Amino acid sequence: MKIVVCVKQVPDSAAKVVVENGKVTWGDAPLVINPWDEYAVEAALQQKEAHGGTVTAITMGGESAKDALKHALAMGADDAILISDPALSNLDTQATAQVLSAAIQKIGGVELAFFGRQAIDGDAGLVPAQTARLLDWPALTLASTIKVEGDSVRVERAIEEGRQVVTAKLPAVFSLVKDFGEPRYPSFMGIRKASRAVIPAWSLAELSISAPAAVIAWTEITNPPSREVKCDIVTGGSPEEIAEALADKILAEKVL
Amino acid sequence: MNTFVYIDHFKGNALPASWEALGVAKTLGTVAAVIFGSGMEALAKTAFEYGADEVLLADDVSLADYRAEAFASTLSAAAASRTPDLLLFPTTTRGRELAAMAAIDLKTGVMVDVIALEAKDGKITVTRPIYAGKLLTKETCSSKPQIITLRGRAFPKPAQQAGKSGTLTKVAAVTGDFPTKVEGYAESGGGVSLTDASVIVSGGRGVSNNPALTPPGGLDEKQAEIWKAQQGFALVKDLASALNAAVGASRAAVDAGYVPYTHQVGQTGKVVSPDLYIACGISGAIQHLAGMRTSKLIVAINKDAEAPIFKLARYGVVGDMFQVVPALTAAFKKRLGK
Ligand SMILES: Cc1cc2nc3c(=O)[nH]c(=O)nc-3n(C[C@H](O)[C@H](O)[C@H](O)COP(=O)(O)OP(=O)(O)OC[C@H]3O[C@@H](n4cnc5c(N)ncnc54)[C@H](O)[C@@H]3O)c2cc1C
Ligand SMILES: Nc1ncnc2c1ncn2[C@@H]1O[C@H](COP(=O)(O)O)[C@@H](O)[C@H]1O
Repeated sequence: MKIVVCVKQVPDSAAKVVVENGKVTWGDAPLVINPWDEYAVEAALQQKEAHGGTVTAITMGGESAKDALKHALAMGADDAILISDPALSNLDTQATAQVLSAAIQKIGGVELAFFGRQAIDGDAGLVPAQTARLLDWPALTLASTIKVEGDSVRVERAIEEGRQVVTAKLPAVFSLVKDFGEPRYPSFMGIRKASRAVIPAWSLAELSISAPAAVIAWTEITNPPSREVKCDIVTGGSPEEIAEALADKILAEKVL
Repeated sequence: MNTFVYIDHFKGNALPASWEALGVAKTLGTVAAVIFGSGMEALAKTAFEYGADEVLLADDVSLADYRAEAFASTLSAAAASRTPDLLLFPTTTRGRELAAMAAIDLKTGVMVDVIALEAKDGKITVTRPIYAGKLLTKETCSSKPQIITLRGRAFPKPAQQAGKSGTLTKVAAVTGDFPTKVEGYAESGGGVSLTDASVIVSGGRGVSNNPALTPPGGLDEKQAEIWKAQQGFALVKDLASALNAAVGASRAAVDAGYVPYTHQVGQTGKVVSPDLYIACGISGAIQHLAGMRTSKLIVAINKDAEAPIFKLARYGVVGDMFQVVPALTAAFKKRLGK
């Protein structure tokens, strides 16, 4: 079974991200694999363990994005491909999906394509469904369980009201929710293997597509207005006294 | 401006953010509410009452269950023939997914999870949080139609006018050989939904930290910790029920097994924006703040005066939640006449 997992490199979730002179910066915080994509790698590896096959991690990004691929390799992916081209900067999600779907088609014979539910930089959560639509594959997004049997699959999807149980024919696109289960840590052997891996880079020419155009533009990025709150610490002689005072203050705010 | 508003619903019960989107669309021009499902007359009637000028209704047994492929195809076909300037969706699971797919079909983009917008000469500039709310970006879309999903509770819900009606237009469901089949549902336990809640009471790792409690014999260390945490969480739930609030949790509480993941607030949980958020035994890590920083009024109860949550809180109590939370529940019950 040929399995692909799409990963993105993002600033660490604990990074202090700010705008300086119109540019987004995150100090010396590390760039890491998007946390949601670790779940995608985990799901891909579980399917390989159950059904055999290979897991290929792909990312679209600059040279440094290879580190995100190396994380996937260290977790257990078999190989990795970097998609990199000077024409691929500042893409929006539909343009990203065009590139990823072209890459999945070029790899060929892919039956399962895993995505993170959302990239924690742009916070869009659109690429999985958009890639599925371009490939004309079912979009089984926000899956918490995945059972592949022959050429069909059964998933439970998280929806506001609980879970929806869906069956579909492969090939299909998946994204995962946290309930799927915690991603594994890279193994020592995996890290050694990843550090030696030679990762091929594909340009647009290799994908035989022209640069997709972004239609969404970020016209202005700002730091959110700081919440000028001064915390009023409520004190008193006993927990009851404190609670009475706090309840009065909250009621006076008229939020209830 | 002509706007389609997708009314997201489950078995005919609309998610409130759908009506908020309808209210926004009304301020921009004429509004067609888009309703797909089976047996949707009552929902169509409600859409008129919330201000829809027209309802585009695809009422068909093939649409009884939400399936992304069938719904997106039906929606894109309607949009292609009616060429609205704008497609608005609530940022719900289904809304986000349909917006994503419709954008591919209609060769345009999506501005997602928007918290503010302005229109000028038919062109919309939106504001939306990125990097988990650490930054805000303004966005525009250069192609048509513009597609936007609106964050729940970021816009007011319009008033419902009983008896108001409008034009009902039937739309054909696109039926085809769609690759997915819905087998059924496992519904969640009910209670107040976190993202729609106007009041949330959340518990963190602190709920397990009551040295005064002695767990029953025969439990191993992990079980004893969970037992302690459940006693602590019961206090959080009591306060929540006194305030008719939803119950939230930090990731530490979820990972430790104290409460299910559906309660998690934060970057990898739910993003909420209630009028009142009470954090009990939560330190206020940056990933937790990402999920609740836009709450109107934040109250923190934590025994550590240095906890970062106090930087965001309007009111704080530095103290033991096992004493303060039950006292607060009692104080509210008294005041709210319960
Ligand atoms: C990629 C990534 C994503 C993440 N996503 C999320 C997310 O979505 N949501 C989230 O919440 N976290 C998330 N985290 C985790 C986050 O970094 C913190 O670890 C977590 O929020 C801590 O939870 P906590 O405040 O309950 O626990 P702690 O940080 O351990 O804090 C417990 C607090 O309870 C107080 N306390 C203890 N006993 C008492 C008592 N008796 N009375 C009163 N106060 C008491 C302590 O003083 C302390 O401040 C994420 C982390 C990563 C790396
Ligand atoms: N540049 C990229 N390279 C590879 N995968 C990506 C890229 N951007 C997004 N993805 C995938 O799409 C998911 C959702 O991204 P987004 O829609 O941008 O929030 C991510 O979690 C990744 O799995």
